Amino acid sequence: MTSRVAVVGVGWTGFRPVSPEASYKELMYEAATRAYADAGINPRADVDSFVTVAEDFHEGTSIFDEYVPDQLGAAQRPMHTITGDGLHGLAAAVMQVLTGRFRIVVVEGHSKASNILTLPEITAYAMDPVLNRPLNAHPIAVAALEADRYLHETGTTRAHCAAVVAKNRRNALGNPAAAYGAEVGVEQVLGAEAVASPLSRLEISDHADGAIVMVLADAEAARRLSPHPVWIHGVGWANDSPTLESRSWGRAVYAERAAAMAYRMAGIDDPAAAIHFAEVDDTYAFKELQHLEALGLCGRGQAGPMTADGATGPRGRLPVNVSGGSLGGGHLLDAAGLARALEVVLQLRGQAGPRQLRGVTTGVAQSWRGVPTTSGAVAVLSSAPNGRVP
Amino acid sequence: MSMRRAAVVGAGMTKFVRRALETPKELSWHAAKLALESCGLTLADVDAVCIGSAPDAFDGVHMKGEYLADGSGAWGKPVMRSFVGGGTGVFLGPQGWYHVASGLFDVVLIVAEEKMSSYYPHAQAAFLTIFDHTTERPLEPNLLWIFALEMNRYMQTYGISKRDIAQVAVKNKRNAADHPAAMLGEANITVEDVLSSEVLAWPVQRLDVSPVSDGAVAIVMASEDAAKRITDKPVWVQGVGWNLDTAYWTNRDLAYPEYVERAARMAYEMAGVREPRKEIHIVEPYDPFDYKECHHLEGLLLADRGRAPELVADGVTLRTGTMPSCPSGGLLGVGNPITAAGLMKIAELFWQLRGEAGARQVPGTPERGLAQAWGGLMQVGTVTILGTERPA
Repeated sequence: MTSRVAVVGVGWTGFRPVSPEASYKELMYEAATRAYADAGINPRADVDSFVTVAEDFHEGTSIFDEYVPDQLGAAQRPMHTITGDGLHGLAAAVMQVLTGRFRIVVVEGHSKASNILTLPEITAYAMDPVLNRPLNAHPIAVAALEADRYLHETGTTRAHCAAVVAKNRRNALGNPAAAYGAEVGVEQVLGAEAVASPLSRLEISDHADGAIVMVLADAEAARRLSPHPVWIHGVGWANDSPTLESRSWGRAVYAERAAAMAYRMAGIDDPAAAIHFAEVDDTYAFKELQHLEALGLCGRGQAGPMTADGATGPRGRLPVNVSGGSLGGGHLLDAAGLARALEVVLQLRGQAGPRQLRGVTTGVAQSWRGVPTTSGAVAVLSSAPNGRVP
Repeated sequence: MSMRRAAVVGAGMTKFVRRALETPKELSWHAAKLALESCGLTLADVDAVCIGSAPDAFDGVHMKGEYLADGSGAWGKPVMRSFVGGGTGVFLGPQGWYHVASGLFDVVLIVAEEKMSSYYPHAQAAFLTIFDHTTERPLEPNLLWIFALEMNRYMQTYGISKRDIAQVAVKNKRNAADHPAAMLGEANITVEDVLSSEVLAWPVQRLDVSPVSDGAVAIVMASEDAAKRITDKPVWVQGVGWNLDTAYWTNRDLAYPEYVERAARMAYEMAGVREPRKEIHIVEPYDPFDYKECHHLEGLLLADRGRAPELVADGVTLRTGTMPSCPSGGLLGVGNPITAAGLMKIAELFWQLRGEAGARQVPGTPERGLAQAWGGLMQVGTVTILGTERPA
């Protein structure tokens, strides 16, 4: 079976720590205009359906869906919101194309995190209102508990986590869209102020503003529109228990299940062999390691040593977050997963500039919705149109 | 390429009430369990879950879809929550359909939950934050006011009286008297009762409006092969449509919901419906206000513009009429836990088309029904068409 859905256009704006010069609508408009130009389409005539990802509390507006059509050219068209990560939105678009009734579908995700004055308090509102919220736990404390359990179960060290930070912030220096590129040493990460032990300030990604738009098309339209379509071989998404009392604390079960679904769809039996590079969620440094293991790209407890040895660096055997990830690029809230997919697309098109990887044809993008959720999604993308990835 | 077909094979709902003692997760699970039991399935049979719930502000829970996931049966499964404001309940039709029709899933559990009573003292306040933060919120508009504007515009444009419109509330509340899960069924209500109820924001009076409610509804959707294994009476998804108009609602002529017409045309085209007035046998239009049912019947092309109240007056939209409208009792009668109320309309079509609607059963053998909802700043239209005949 050959792939039936491809990314034929991408556009983005940002990513910056603040963007006082533009509203969220202007950020979306900029990204959309670029994506439509990239795909060579007119949104008013050519797009069959639009999907946006957003959460009301991040936007400060109830029923935020109301405010998305105009700046995307989607007024009086089929459009809906998925309250998920950008990769959930991507999966929703893929499903629509696969029905055979939609030829071109657009996905949008954005972050105007700098507008949110009290993000940890907002995030705390995601805790179970009856059982957990009365404990008044800071959301990062939940992440710290997960980190502790992961380090304990796998033998991963804090130095391994610090190596992730050093790598991703350095990678970000090669990405003009990244907000937080820097040379940061392992010792500096370990010595930074502890926010919630074992997480230091530098192991926690900072937020950024920006918007990303992708244009998806069925096979026929993709070949017509793009000289370098990037084929979506598989998508997967899954939740573990949202309840703190019953979730797995040491393993990213959501990512394991999402990956299994995406690999099954892509016909991948041996991901470590089939996947050439990965863009994974690194909201916290340990998450990159935990997610690499959940994706089956290395064994349990191996991601840390691999990172310390440079195997996940840009010239390693499995480059991870060449874009800089969220640690280096800035965390884009609900658009974070789309940023991961964007880098995969640019790499597969050979348009990644100074950070371009050589000889890559298949990459994976993975997202996590952050604490306290156990929600994640995965997309396998390839420059090769034919079905089974070798 | 022929399309992969999808059918509704099970449905369940909680009672709609003013203040449920259950948590939102518990409400979700009650409905999910009833829907699964109605078709003899368990969670092990479910491949994916779709969730619908309106603003997070009602429950005061951020990322409400994540919170509701385990209650909705999604622990360890793929789950997505869609959101198009008040249109979400009926949008779960399209969302479930594309999950199945994509070929990715065979059995999808679809759950809509709303708990509006958590918002104290009144859920209306949650709607204060739906307005544009720069141009509208400083004016402190109330949701009832903008619907009063729309109702006024509708009445003014076509010369419709309050008495004409009040008949819709009477019909729906009477219909709801036969619904075991209904909150405001009243067999003996009269037009005079509606016209003498408290004025909220002229021309809207208390009995013109649906109530603040808590409740949950779930349905099970399956691929053709799975549906045939599960039931002898699958109810097919024949058409889906949705449409989102501009956020600048002040620039819209509120007399006619063009976005509903666009959503309806999308669904009719997919369902191969050319003459909706003949081919749609039951309709469940969105009726959070009585005038809205008329407005939507017109947008759905089931009545001429400004003429829907005549259909109501002539008895055409009664259960025994030629085009029964809201045989469930609708939002005005059964209650309005926002997204759950929308999905209730799809569940009602499922029961009616299988002949399982009990005292509410529409006479004859209806073969095709349409559910519609509406949301946002008077800007969202969502449509699901179900039928007993397998789509081509």
